[in-house]
Amino acid sequence: MGIDFIRNFPLFTIVLSLFSSVLCMMLDGRRAKRYTVCYECFLIALSCAVLWYVSETGEAFTYVMGEFPAPWGNEIRAGVLEALFAVMFLTILLCSVLGGWRFLLIDVEHSKINLYFTLINLLTAALMALIWTNDIFTGYVFLEILTLSSCGILIVREIGRTTLAAVRYMVLNLLGSGLFLLGVVLLYSLTGHLLMVPMRAAVAEIVAEGGVITITFSLAVLTIGLGIKSGLFPFYFWMPDTYGTATPASAAILSALVSKAYILLLFKIYWRVIGMEVFEQLPIRYLLFGLGILGMVFGSVSAIRANNIHHMVAFSSAAQTGYIYMGLGMGGPLGYVTALFQVLAHAVTKSLLFLTTPRLARVSGDSLLFQNLEGSAIRDKSAGIFFTLCSFSMVGIPIFAGFSAKLLFAVAAVETGNLGVLFATMLALAVSSVLNALYFIRTVIRVYTAGRGGADISAPRIYAEEHNDADTAEPVPDTGSRLSYWVPALILTGMNLFLGLFSWVTVDFIRRGLAMFA
Amino acid sequence: MRETISALLANYEEAAAIILFVIGLTMLLFHGNLIKKLIGMNIMDTGSFLFLASMGYIDGRKAPILVDGYRGVEDYINPVPAGLVLTGIVVSVSVTAVMLSLSIRLYRRYHTLNVDDVYLLSRHQLEDR
Repeated sequence: MGIDFIRNFPLFTIVLSLFSSVLCMMLDGRRAKRYTVCYECFLIALSCAVLWYVSETGEAFTYVMGEFPAPWGNEIRAGVLEALFAVMFLTILLCSVLGGWRFLLIDVEHSKINLYFTLINLLTAALMALIWTNDIFTGYVFLEILTLSSCGILIVREIGRTTLAAVRYMVLNLLGSGLFLLGVVLLYSLTGHLLMVPMRAAVAEIVAEGGVITITFSLAVLTIGLGIKSGLFPFYFWMPDTYGTATPASAAILSALVSKAYILLLFKIYWRVIGMEVFEQLPIRYLLFGLGILGMVFGSVSAIRANNIHHMVAFSSAAQTGYIYMGLGMGGPLGYVTALFQVLAHAVTKSLLFLTTPRLARVSGDSLLFQNLEGSAIRDKSAGIFFTLCSFSMVGIPIFAGFSAKLLFAVAAVETGNLGVLFATMLALAVSSVLNALYFIRTVIRVYTAGRGGADISAPRIYAEEHNDADTAEPVPDTGSRLSYWVPALILTGMNLFLGLFSWVTVDFIRRGLAMFA
Repeated sequence: MRETISALLANYEEAAAIILFVIGLTMLLFHGNLIKKLIGMNIMDTGSFLFLASMGYIDGRKAPILVDGYRGVEDYINPVPAGLVLTGIVVSVSVTAVMLSLSIRLYRRYHTLNVDDVYLLSRHQLEDR
């Protein structure tokens, strides 16, 4: 068994996750948690090994399943980019589950906690498959598995609003999946292939023969489908309900990983199915650029108008998704690198924000309204500190990941050499940064202002509903300062600072990944 | 105009598939009733499957299963689209099952299946929070 055994690891991450999800059904809650935590650590180690292997060999490898060669079989492909995203996504997933554990005990019936981990493992399998796959139809199947498992982790919290939020989330996601399927079918009918490499050759041939319109149409259908799923402007209105009503661990996973996985799949299709030379000629690029900028502005405006901290954070996700699409539409090598960097920067920041805001609410009579949150950062000091650090990253204060991302966007806009793009990007960055500062800094000041917060808790509470239900006898677990929050929060902050201070390391990795991506 | 019509008639399966898809999409988007939304989703998926199936089928050819020896490439259809349709149907069934269970949960809570009504019912709770 030589070092080349590492080539099997990407497949292991998918298959073992499916197996683990079945296993968790048979364990009790605490054992399922312990198993999942150990298992996720194991997966991170496997992905790190793959990352090391592809960095050392300097080229991507393809794993052919069932030994059927290229046009027929199903393939997995691993390069630096895929491995980097696998490592980061798994780490964020682990931190989210650990950080949200105390709230999970409140939100989920104790006998059903193992099922939550079943869903988490299923979600891991889907995330890994979307990252590694080289086959567009496999992409569709795991896209649906991701949708179903994300709906599952959303509705584990059994309150009425969550059900409604899940229904809306599912309806929009089904719409997106339907459009994605149609796009895949159209591309298959045009190219006759499902594997990305032969598809790209066929697409290049079709474009050379003048069939740009058919390719554009299929790609537009695909883009709208995945745009709806990932919250591209104007399809972001489902975000506040979905993220706002989910249990903290789920909200962190949904906003940081699930919506980003859809964007990664879209990016993969642009690079590996359409090919960047062809994509840069298509008008879709400008549409993405424009919608991205609109998302940045309108997401922030909605966040300013929100009266509830969860809604504010959720709308800020819409704004941050806008940044990613702006980078995709901007073009130029650095534009794509920055878009991918922003995916990571947003994922580490937003996951910690969603783990932190419920703690602020917890010490304010379980209310998420701003007026009740006054002084909450003084009552829960650790949550206050982490909320402030994340807010700084979101606004774009230097040394944090958000700043590096914004700086890179500006440099990328200069590099495109297109004055219109440069002007639009600079204006959008300036306006969006001011708007971000407006609501995040305002909230930071508010949570540190000793006011009447916590005293007036006549407003309906987030956890009031289920406690009125049957099992009030169950003691409410303490959510105070504990290792289960501190450790993941510190890891996520560390990743944030690493992305901010040593952004060139990550950018270099993404560059090398893109070089072997095509 | 005449050319368009004759092109549509020549590819009537694909045309029907797209019409089905649009009908389903409209139902999924604009119907208030959750069950009708689900029916719309299924019609939409069926449209995609019809498109795939019509691509795989070639008049006069057989399924690629060898019963009386190999008869040459020209005698068989492409089996891949059929396989994709099967996979797609499985996905569609499981999604429908999850959505139906969600509908039951929603109905037990709000005693209506109209999403707009449910939204209005829960709106005051959302705003207060």
